[in-house]
Amino acid sequence: MPDFAVELRDVVKTFPTPEGGYVNAVDHVDMQIKNGEFFSLLGSSGCGKTTTLRMIAGFEWPTSGEVYIGDQGQGRKPPFQRPVNTVFQSYALFQHMTVFQNVAFGLEMEKTSNEEIKSRVGKVLEMVKLNGMERRSPRQLSGGQQQRVALARALVKLPTVLLLDEPLGALDLKLRKEMQLELKSLQREVGITFIFVTHDQEEALTMSDRIAVMSLGKVMQFGAPVEIYERPNCKFVADFIGETNFLEGVVQSSGDGTVRVQVPRVNSTLTGVARQEYKVGDPVVLSIRPEKIRLVETPQLNQNCFEVIVRNAAYIGSDTRLEVDLNGVKLKVWEQNHISTLDPRAYHQGTQTAWVSIMPENILVLPGE
Amino acid sequence: MLQKLRENQNIQGLILILPTLLFMVGLLIIPLILTTVVSFGRRSADGGVIYTFTLDNYARLFGYSTTCTNGAASCFDPLYVDITVRSFWLALETTVLVILLAYPLAYFIARSTPKRRTTFLFMVLVPLWTNFVIRVYAWMMILRTQGVLNGLLGAFAGLFHIPFTPFDMLYTPGAVLVGMVYEFLPFMILPIYTSLEKIDNSLYEAAADLGANPLRTIFRVTLPLSMPGVVAGTILVFIPVMGTFIVSDILGGQKVMLVGNLIQRQFLDARDPTFGSAASLILMVMTLIVTYFYTRKFGFGEEIIAV
Amino acid sequence: MNPYRRSLFVKVMTFLVYFFLYAPIIVLITYSFNASRTNIVFAGFITQFGPLQMSGTTVVQSPCGPFHWFCELAKNREVMNAARNTLTIAFTSTISATVIGTMAALALQRYNFRLKAFSELSLYIPIVIPEIVMGIGILTLFSQLFTFFNNVLNLTGSARLGMGLATVIVSHITFSIPFVTMVVRARLQGFDKSFEEAAMDLGANELVTFWRVTLPMLMPGVLSGALMAFTLSLDDFVITFFTNGPGSTTLPIYVFGLLRKIITPQVNALSTVWILVVFTVVLALQWLQGRESRSQKAWK
Repeated sequence: MPDFAVELRDVVKTFPTPEGGYVNAVDHVDMQIKNGEFFSLLGSSGCGKTTTLRMIAGFEWPTSGEVYIGDQGQGRKPPFQRPVNTVFQSYALFQHMTVFQNVAFGLEMEKTSNEEIKSRVGKVLEMVKLNGMERRSPRQLSGGQQQRVALARALVKLPTVLLLDEPLGALDLKLRKEMQLELKSLQREVGITFIFVTHDQEEALTMSDRIAVMSLGKVMQFGAPVEIYERPNCKFVADFIGETNFLEGVVQSSGDGTVRVQVPRVNSTLTGVARQEYKVGDPVVLSIRPEKIRLVETPQLNQNCFEVIVRNAAYIGSDTRLEVDLNGVKLKVWEQNHISTLDPRAYHQGTQTAWVSIMPENILVLPGE
Repeated sequence: MLQKLRENQNIQGLILILPTLLFMVGLLIIPLILTTVVSFGRRSADGGVIYTFTLDNYARLFGYSTTCTNGAASCFDPLYVDITVRSFWLALETTVLVILLAYPLAYFIARSTPKRRTTFLFMVLVPLWTNFVIRVYAWMMILRTQGVLNGLLGAFAGLFHIPFTPFDMLYTPGAVLVGMVYEFLPFMILPIYTSLEKIDNSLYEAAADLGANPLRTIFRVTLPLSMPGVVAGTILVFIPVMGTFIVSDILGGQKVMLVGNLIQRQFLDARDPTFGSAASLILMVMTLIVTYFYTRKFGFGEEIIAV
Repeated sequence: MNPYRRSLFVKVMTFLVYFFLYAPIIVLITYSFNASRTNIVFAGFITQFGPLQMSGTTVVQSPCGPFHWFCELAKNREVMNAARNTLTIAFTSTISATVIGTMAALALQRYNFRLKAFSELSLYIPIVIPEIVMGIGILTLFSQLFTFFNNVLNLTGSARLGMGLATVIVSHITFSIPFVTMVVRARLQGFDKSFEEAAMDLGANELVTFWRVTLPMLMPGVLSGALMAFTLSLDDFVITFFTNGPGSTTLPIYVFGLLRKIITPQVNALSTVWILVVFTVVLALQWLQGRESRSQKAWK
């Protein structure tokens, strides 16, 4: 068994632009996707995630570099010679065929016997909870059901890798959450490698074993959801995933995994953790997640404790979202409302002095620009 | 081999277009070039073509004549110029009349409930399913001296004891005009309908909201927005009318001579294909000029495929 | 504001125009039951079976009664030949033009190739030049070609090349292609490529994808293109007039030839049959399409 389900080696895809120039939609990407992994390509539109997926499927061919599926280099193989299948964003269900015919199409192409087609289609439709719908036209199905047909149609071929191009994009929020969990458990059940393209970070975090965050044709970071969120390796990823506060500063001293950073705008020094070595004087950016900042009544004997003025407080049920003023710099602070009370005074109100305390391991020191 | 073909868009496209090009070049472009060549040739004694280069045919068309009544060596004979001008005017009259008749009907259909629109459109198409020639024949039956129209008029006059002499309507320019209008009316209704149907009702509401009365709305909103349909319809009517010879042949007798009749006779009766080719080239150039200026001003919309 | 409001003027005009459109059709049909041989005046309907005194002096046997002229029509071998020719030409040219025009639509909509601009331009020619110009052009081409080959190959008698069904058919194909192409292209414009990608992704190669996915989805466009080509061919007079030869007379050419002689109500009977046949065919097609769109609406 090869080490990776899919591997991209130095893949570049160049497209002509309308202005007559050229642009690298995918720019020297290396990627290794393990067998049985739920892997997500995350990024905003135009970041190259869909082009990457389409190159794996065979709808596009790399300008340079090579896509491997298993240990086979794919070169310029057309899609119908590749052992992968795709679930399209628009589902692309054949309107002139029934649900059964749609799902059976791929098996027919493999010249599978009629009895086997019948039993396999039946099984896969049961798996996606569409049994009894065989004879319907795709037009007679709801959005969620169409999505399942698209999924069944690709899964019935037992591909080594299933490619999903924003398959949940067209569903409403509630259905989408349901489908996320279902997809995840389905993937565990069948054990097939999933490569999932999405622009929705929450979706990627919920479902993936590993995520590649892409921007402008390049992969910014690979990592498990926790790693991507808690230990982003650059300002872009920290900003793209979740919400955060940035403070620019200069390294004052470092050692022992912690870095002391002088932040001129707040006129003080903060201690944080870094994933790499910094020299004294290096420009850095500090990333502090709003929910990692604690608001306290009295100063703490702690390295990172500062007096602030609470400017704004918005009660949103589970949290109270505050905006505090630290020596003229605005910080987002999210306080969890874990006390059960109807007394509004129990929650933070606007315009009052308080102290913020941040644990050094919650301050990430990232390379500055 | 297969892989090469798969990667070569150019060849795939060329394979798909090849049969079309064969027909368009072989049966359209080459014939047009041949017509041009022939038009500069001379008629042989047996009605064939002698390939030379002479402008005689064009000179004749523009009125140069060597058989003059006053005995001069050459003079101006307006015969062919008259025919051309007459054809042009008839085409113009037909087009204008057809627009005037088609527009209210198209407007009526476009403003019907969606369900009824299909039925009304269908009713426009039904007369088209009889044959072109048969439709001319129907007008022959209506217009002739003992025909339907005179019969009805006579019966009507009889009711009031008015003496009635049947009109001679067939074989007049008027009969040709009526026949042309009838033949081409549906080709104007459909494109105008297509462009009117696209106008969103909110535009009418906006016009009314801004204080335009219904008449102003028609002239300031409806008409300009339906122009693409009128243009497409005009092309579909004007060009064929310029070149038709059946309507004038049957409803005009021998009396109404149009460019179409002229060309037809050169090829079948007079047997001078060189002169006929010259006339047909002039006809083509005229229609191309009209189409060019007309579409340049108003654009060439997709309404043309509405028919 | 009522979107369906129309002024009295528009309504009256509409009524008059419809009347104008239908009056000749009604006259045509009425006269096909005329009890007159010359058909110049309407001598009343034929009402009895058996011997019949026609206006004028002739007595004819009329076993078909009111449908006398329809029976005469069926016995007329020239008409039957012309009808067969018309249908042969219409079917052959429609099928060819539909295939060729669909290919052209795919090429123009999907591919970039050399000669693309030229191809698009050439497809406009039949629309913007009068039919007669095209007709005499093709006539000149074929007559010159045939003369040339007849002389060079020394062909004599029935072996001599001449105008006939084949020349009419290729001419009809030529003027039908642009219309088919336009209609199919219009359908292709709203066509999402992901359907074809999905088929290829599921293991279908280019040809299978075309037959199983592209063509079925394109079918409504292809069918309406074919219907258009068929109507154009059935109705064509001018180009057929210049390209037909002995033995390839079509119904319009046949009727045109009759118009200069005395016409019996047979021609009207022919028109009535023609209208009925086309009406039935189109109505059936409409019904089929309606059924299709009704099943599409069902889930909405």
